[in-house]
Amino acid sequence: MAAVTQSFQRTRRQKLQVFRGVIFVAAGLFFLVPLFAMFEFTTRGRLLTDPRNLDAWKSIATYPDLIAAIVASVELAAITSFAMLVLLVPTMVWVRLRLRRLNRIIEFICLLPLTIPAIVLVVGLVPMYQWMGINFSDSILTLAFAYVVLVLPYCYRALDAGLSSIDVKTLSEAARSLGASWFTVMVRVIVPNISSAILNACFLSVALVLGEYTIAQNLLYNNLQVEIALLGRANAGVSIAVSAASLLFAFVLLVLLSLFNRGRGRLRLDDLKQVMRTERG
Amino acid sequence: MAERAGVEVRLENLQRHYGPVTALNDLSLTIAPGELVALLGPSGCGKTTALRLLAGLEQADGGRVVIGGADVTTVPANKRDVGMVFQAYSLFPHMVAWENVAFGLQMRKVGAAERKRRALEVLDLVGLAPYANRYATQLSGGQQQRVALARALAIRPKVLLLDEPLSALDAKVRSRLRDEIRRVQLEVGITTLFVTHDQEEALAIADRVGVMNAGHLEQLGPPTLVYTRPATPFVAEFVGLTNRLTGEVKFGMVEVRGTQLPLVQPNEPQGPAIALVRPEAVSLATDGNMADGPLVGTVIAVAFLGATSRVTVDLGGGVTVLAQMPTSAAAGHPAGTRVRLALRDDPVLIAREEKAPVDA
Repeated sequence: MAAVTQSFQRTRRQKLQVFRGVIFVAAGLFFLVPLFAMFEFTTRGRLLTDPRNLDAWKSIATYPDLIAAIVASVELAAITSFAMLVLLVPTMVWVRLRLRRLNRIIEFICLLPLTIPAIVLVVGLVPMYQWMGINFSDSILTLAFAYVVLVLPYCYRALDAGLSSIDVKTLSEAARSLGASWFTVMVRVIVPNISSAILNACFLSVALVLGEYTIAQNLLYNNLQVEIALLGRANAGVSIAVSAASLLFAFVLLVLLSLFNRGRGRLRLDDLKQVMRTERG
Repeated sequence: MAERAGVEVRLENLQRHYGPVTALNDLSLTIAPGELVALLGPSGCGKTTALRLLAGLEQADGGRVVIGGADVTTVPANKRDVGMVFQAYSLFPHMVAWENVAFGLQMRKVGAAERKRRALEVLDLVGLAPYANRYATQLSGGQQQRVALARALAIRPKVLLLDEPLSALDAKVRSRLRDEIRRVQLEVGITTLFVTHDQEEALAIADRVGVMNAGHLEQLGPPTLVYTRPATPFVAEFVGLTNRLTGEVKFGMVEVRGTQLPLVQPNEPQGPAIALVRPEAVSLATDGNMADGPLVGTVIAVAFLGATSRVTVDLGGGVTVLAQMPTSAAAGHPAGTRVRLALRDDPVLIAREEKAPVDA
């Protein structure tokens, strides 16, 4: 009877492994085939008989408007991530410490941009940007104001998960009782313990800003996506090469993040084993 | 470890309200230098609020907090010079044990080498020097609380505050750590306020125990006095077990089922009353006349508690009485035995309100 049960379990395990393998391959193909197609397209010669080359990739640097757009988008990504962190982290920590009753309201406000289509958001933003262009600055970097609002829902969720994983109140009070100022509590105690969540939030923020088209296009700013779209009409090969590069950049970021998180997870498992050994001893 | 003489701590007429709820109602308490006072009480009685006001983690609505003669009522928590151990595990997860202990020293601008030396010294005091390079996740609950104690002591605070630091630990570790806290406190000589809802913990560790109820102190005194001479019915019923037996106050005594007992407060008004009798003041006998009488009943349960046992006797009419005695004595009264109770003539307190009495 035991042998039959073991055999049944082994068969079931094998079936599960096959199923997992199929899903893994299918998902991999789903992501990799378009990337491969993009790479294939950008390396084609002028004629079907011409050999493959990297001309499209090499010529990225020869489009000054494209380079300016890439620089502006990277700057926007950095400014947006920084502004989002400065705005969200202290607010969320303070709400957890002192104003718990406002938690739902803050959550609602942060998730609101998710429910408003970007094109509708632009309608509201146009008069503000007109005023800002006249009285403050018409730099493309002012898009960061709109982008901070745009990334709020995603970053709020990422940071909320991080803050929920630690006892913010007790850690803050412990640090305060040891002589730490609020600034020190934030920088030395809270931030290091939600570093993974902060990285997640930054990644989402960077990915959103690098991929944003609607707001920039309608507010007449040329960011990376707008420039790619313009370039697509003139030189499709370069346009696709830049798209593939930005996708690869986001992909590398994601891999780095998952490696970082996996390292932390493994440390915790080892710790648990060590504590169990200590307590048995 | 360099020692610091304890300072006097005074809480003067402290008040704290949360909306319509009064958490502290004119609480006054003086802790002598180097003394360990335990605040004991049920959940919501205000003991943790009192401790948090002393730590500066909350602001009082009225009254003063005086530490070492200085009024610190409005001083923020990070300037108060108090060390605190929390109920929840509060070690900084991204730092190893010695870095946790050194954190407070860093806030006080102590140099790196001196910081590490002092952190290891205090870790040694709590017996955790070999674990100095471990993260919180690599330590058991008891070890984490010992590191938290070391962290609180490392800054050489004027006052040590312990907010139910043992409540998350299992019974054996709790008992061991309780003794260790007392040993370290005596060794350092620091004025300490210990908050707990566990009466055994409070009675075992403190120089004086303060029993709190509804935001004020019901009684403050040495553990033996609080247990043997409770000042109020609340203290009598909260600290230790109590039998509520109906009787009648007459001429400075209370008559309970034919037995005359002296009163803690002899000026109690005459008339029907409920006498609060400790289980250890009740003894059992099986010899002599076992005919029905006011103090004759049947043993319905015997709870083994180790060195002592608690016997529950049914006197009939829904009245049960608890008697606590050495286990060897209880062995002679198994369930089902007819027994005669005797009440020792210890002074008893009188309760007037009918609160789920044992004796109806």
